Amino acid sequence: MPDDKERAMAEYLILIYESEADWAAAAAASPDVYQRVMDAHNRFPGQVEALGAKIVSGRALQPTTTATSVRGGDAVTDGPFAETKEALGGFYLIEAKDLDQALEVGKLCPAEFGGVEVRPIMVFE
Amino acid sequence: MIPPSDDHVANAVADAHRREWAFVLAATARVASDIDLAEECVQDAYVSALEAWKRVGVPDNPGAWLTTAARRKAIDALRRDQTLRAKLPLLVEPVEPVVGGPDEAMNDHNGIPDDRLRLVFTCCHPALAREAQVALTLRLVCGLTTTEIAQAFIVSEPTMAARVTRAKKKISAARIAYRVPDQHELPDRLDAVLTVVHLLYTTGHTAPSGATLIRHDLVERALDLARLLQTLMPDEGEIRGLLALLLLTNARAATRTAPNGRLLLLEEQDRSRWDRNAIAAGVRLVLDALHAGRPGRFTLQAAIAALHAEAPSYAETDWRQLLALYDALLQVWPSPVVALNRAVPVAMVHGPEFALALVDDLAADRRLHGYRYLPATRADLLRRLGRWTEAASAYEQALSLAENDAERAFLAGRIAECASR
Repeated sequence: MPDDKERAMAEYLILIYESEADWAAAAAASPDVYQRVMDAHNRFPGQVEALGAKIVSGRALQPTTTATSVRGGDAVTDGPFAETKEALGGFYLIEAKDLDQALEVGKLCPAEFGGVEVRPIMVFE
Repeated sequence: MIPPSDDHVANAVADAHRREWAFVLAATARVASDIDLAEECVQDAYVSALEAWKRVGVPDNPGAWLTTAARRKAIDALRRDQTLRAKLPLLVEPVEPVVGGPDEAMNDHNGIPDDRLRLVFTCCHPALAREAQVALTLRLVCGLTTTEIAQAFIVSEPTMAARVTRAKKKISAARIAYRVPDQHELPDRLDAVLTVVHLLYTTGHTAPSGATLIRHDLVERALDLARLLQTLMPDEGEIRGLLALLLLTNARAATRTAPNGRLLLLEEQDRSRWDRNAIAAGVRLVLDALHAGRPGRFTLQAAIAALHAEAPSYAETDWRQLLALYDALLQVWPSPVVALNRAVPVAMVHGPEFALALVDDLAADRRLHGYRYLPATRADLLRRLGRWTEAASAYEQALSLAENDAERAFLAGRIAECASR
């Protein structure tokens, strides 16, 4: 009977949504914020591994002021696809055994100016 | 052997549907590894039972018979269809193969693991919206049809079907595990389950809209579920608390409306018609739960209901003790609705003026906007203070928010009473 370790893992994308305004305000108020957030992200993979899950990859994005959207195949506009208070600022692709474990990872994921969304990756048979 | 009559068999199948559905589905889900497939096989098993039991008689243990039949159908389906087997979206531990025929499990549930708790916790997973949790619990744990659930919640059938389908898809696509939560997550996860059962009860008890105040089927299902949880997790104080709360509330159900359908307040109800057996059972459970220590919100609400149920009259109710319980409840459950309900014992202990100030403060809480019991509570306090004009306008406000006919009739009566002063 296979135990948890042998069972196939599933992939989830953890999307980090944060308020860019709050980020900027905090960074302006205290020069330590950037380092604190970087430290949290550096600790994150170890914490994820301790849970029995794994980070496949992760990236931080430039702010939405650098975004360009293309709609309907050719209409190019300045700005993100949807203007929201909390914008996508980065992501981690992870492996977890089930949603509960993925949500544990999501709870650990640094996102002090917002939160994260956990989405299962689609599997094509 | 004389073959059993069709009626007898039909009744036995209906009874097994009510009593055993959750057990059969949960045990089949383990083999099928997919809720949809398990559901289909269980439905087929009930259809087969109707035929088979006419020929061979109703088995001693219908649940075991149905489980064995449903599991065989699931295993056959998985053998036939490799893609089904590759899918395995529901995360369950693989199960020992079913050996032998249905006879083996015919006489008891032995050898078939009781997975009903897994099923309940999966349906009430916090990653599902509350309304989806409720719908799934009724569909999968209670075996209600989508049509029945749609009627109970007064939404269209396609809406309810879509809600159930979406929730099942999420369970499989997001891999919501089919398991009982670990000890450290249990308090939160159990609270979600109890909330769903309580919501079922209150939806049945006070139909949010329409002509009848009580929809008995939902009330009965909620009681069944609470009893089932109590059987499966006998050491959880909050389950005892919830069951007690439902029993105590239900013991007074018959006296909640006048023969003409008007809502009767607690102080107007005929206490001699309360169900004393249910009250005694509820009180015993509350005492047990309180002794278990650190009472949670359901136990404290049950204790409040017990004090009301045991009071010889409204005037002779132990309001000081009630206020103490409300204070404790507000500690473990800082909800504005609890704070509003606390105004009632506050008015009895410290006077309506004092309570009114409290309610007026609460009116500023955004979470209570549109909550019909806020203006209704305010109106009642104003009425008791003899401030008739203000009371009438507060009742008007409550009336504009109430959808249930019995409640509307009550409020309209109060408005007329205020106007005549």
